[in-house]
Amino acid sequence: MAHKAGMEVSMAVSEVVALTDTDVVAAYPITPQTHIVEHLAELVANGELDAEFIPVESEHSAMSACLGSAAAGARTFTATAGQGLELMHEVLYVASSMRLPIVMTVANRALSAPLSVWGDHSDVMAVRDTGWIQIFTENGQEVIDNVICAFRIAEDRRVLLPVMVHLDGFNLSHMIEPLLFPEHGEVKDFLPPNNYPLPLDPRRPVAMGDFGPPVIYTEAKWAQEVNLQKSYDVILEVWQKFADKFGRKYNPVETYHGDARTLLYITGSFSETAMTAVDSMRKAGQDIGLVRLRLWRPFPFKEFRKAVKDAELLITVDRAISFGGPPPIASEIKAAIYNEPKKPKVVSFVGGLGGRDIHVDGFETIVQRGIEIARKGSQNEYEIFGVRE
Amino acid sequence: MAELGVYVSRVAPKVETFLPGHRACIGCAEALALRLICKALGTNVIVANATGCMEIVSSQVPYTSWGVPWIHTLFENTAAVASGIEAARKAMERKGRIPASNTKIVAVGGDGATSDIGLQAISGAFERGHNMIYVCLDNEAYMNTGIQRSSATPFGASTTTSPPGKLSTGQFSWKKDMPAIAVAHKIPYVATACHSYPFDLMKKVKKALAVEGPSYLHVLSVCPTGWRCPPDLAVRVGRLAVETGVFPLYEVENGGYRMSVDFPALKPLTDYTKLQGRFRHLSEDMLAQIQARVTEEYQKLKEKAS
Ligand SMILES: Cc1ncc(C[n+]2csc(CCOP(=O)(O)OP(=O)(O)O)c2C)c(N)n1
Ligand code: SF4
Ligand SMILES: [Mg+2]
Repeated sequence: MAHKAGMEVSMAVSEVVALTDTDVVAAYPITPQTHIVEHLAELVANGELDAEFIPVESEHSAMSACLGSAAAGARTFTATAGQGLELMHEVLYVASSMRLPIVMTVANRALSAPLSVWGDHSDVMAVRDTGWIQIFTENGQEVIDNVICAFRIAEDRRVLLPVMVHLDGFNLSHMIEPLLFPEHGEVKDFLPPNNYPLPLDPRRPVAMGDFGPPVIYTEAKWAQEVNLQKSYDVILEVWQKFADKFGRKYNPVETYHGDARTLLYITGSFSETAMTAVDSMRKAGQDIGLVRLRLWRPFPFKEFRKAVKDAELLITVDRAISFGGPPPIASEIKAAIYNEPKKPKVVSFVGGLGGRDIHVDGFETIVQRGIEIARKGSQNEYEIFGVRE
Repeated sequence: MAELGVYVSRVAPKVETFLPGHRACIGCAEALALRLICKALGTNVIVANATGCMEIVSSQVPYTSWGVPWIHTLFENTAAVASGIEAARKAMERKGRIPASNTKIVAVGGDGATSDIGLQAISGAFERGHNMIYVCLDNEAYMNTGIQRSSATPFGASTTTSPPGKLSTGQFSWKKDMPAIAVAHKIPYVATACHSYPFDLMKKVKKALAVEGPSYLHVLSVCPTGWRCPPDLAVRVGRLAVETGVFPLYEVENGGYRMSVDFPALKPLTDYTKLQGRFRHLSEDMLAQIQARVTEEYQKLKEKAS
């Protein structure tokens, strides 16, 4: 049976990676992901995880080594953050386009300059279009559960795509939380051995990564897109199977008092603070709820539309800027509901950049200001919360 | 040795894993080098190939020239991809998920992929000691993208990004000594080779195969298109590179240097340069300067090997 332990979330990630019998870890240290790599190195060094740990010389090589490892048929894990994810950028597209089931945790971090080791979602937004399945998490239990699910989703023959599990740098990666760890045997039951269909193997030569002239490129990309869309059903199936076995259920869109007339949108670990804010505003008589995307890619269009259709106002908070454009998640949300006959008005904020916290009263301020903008209108496409002018 | 050349087709291993049908230019000796290397490698290998001429000419969906498992991903990461393959098979063999195989992982890249953009990944792979052969096919420029200079382009050579002009005499820097960089990693085996010395090349590939750990083969590969020489002279130009001392053939086994071929006297540099359009603009002064450097470097190498 599962056992409960208090542990830093980063260490817990490494512990569950060990439970999955991962074959290869190739990773490069970067704050706030370091504890994940360090603890994995330790587990391998102590013989607690029978894997090859490749201490690569960069994140570009980390992801490249993961390509080779996954192509050879090994269960493959890596972790990174911020600048590291950026350095991997080019390689990320190859992982998804070549259908290589790699699992990566990203301890979300702001991007330079100025240098900031602290959390926001600039790194996530920069890799939005890389073709990876992307899952957001809000607390430690969700992180470790979704790391286990990520392997099963990625390696499923119907999917064969890489999966990113995002956890907020520091706010989540460095929290010590009480966590339920499944037993090794339970994970083994849940997660069949990786059986990659055509691995690199001299017994059966294959050529991988041929170049694609115009006559085939569109078809290749469309096949990839269809495949990513289809992975949606498998993701739901895996989450259901996980719930059946472990009793915790994940959904592509998560709501809290989702039937409220005003909905607040936030991504990741800040949602726990937002829930507290929602509680206190509801106590004060306000009809407010919370909605979050758990699944970022593939985007859960249907569920999201359903979740917000009866609301009158949706107040979004992005933790990233798209310079000169709309806040990234807000723009996707608006696009997703634009053609719906019944849809809320959307007011957008940006906040929580580079480790700046948003407290309970901060969310309350955002909501009141959002309601005001909805009533009176605003000159700005969005407002940035708490900025000193 | 020289005379044996005509018997290559009869004496060389029959196995072909870099197969005909690829789209290399007429007289491409990079393709010749690769074919010979593949003959010597045999079939128990997995090849990771960098972006570049050989990758482009040998792969186009849905065709391939490769008879062994082959993967191409990007331009600069091939040593890292090979590291991942090696680690994966090591782990899976140890865990009994695949049978023990002794498969060699072979990374193949051009001089650009090797001495420029991929250098860091190669250094990392060598330092970590992966059991792999890294082969640099050195045609002394970025040929795939249209003959731009690399750090392996020889001094004075004309390329599309080192054009001679009123203020320029071609490539302004001396060829980067990539084998020396490999040697500095203290890996067990480093060798230079050339397709024009096929038996020497294949012998070195076999040696690299037998090494436990990383080995590095730096293979001069004549590119008639980029060097602006007649395609039927590719093999002769390669021989002249060696006979003039421009590209000496040697091995470094566990740090010990040995010349693979040596000559009582080197041929003059111009025997080599005059066959190639890329050196056509060079003045006598510049040729003399290059000649002096070639002689000096060759002497230094011979001292190391003695
Ligand atoms: C990151 C990146 N930068 C640039 C390129 C463009 N590019 C492709 S192949 C190549 C040159 C290859 O030169 P080399 O490695 O010497 O191989 P060759 O074609 O000469 O055999 C370049 C510049 C690329 N594919 N990727
Ligand atoms: S450009 Fe040179 S190296 Fe490339 S295929 Fe043609 S001859 Fe060979
Ligand atoms: Mg080249």
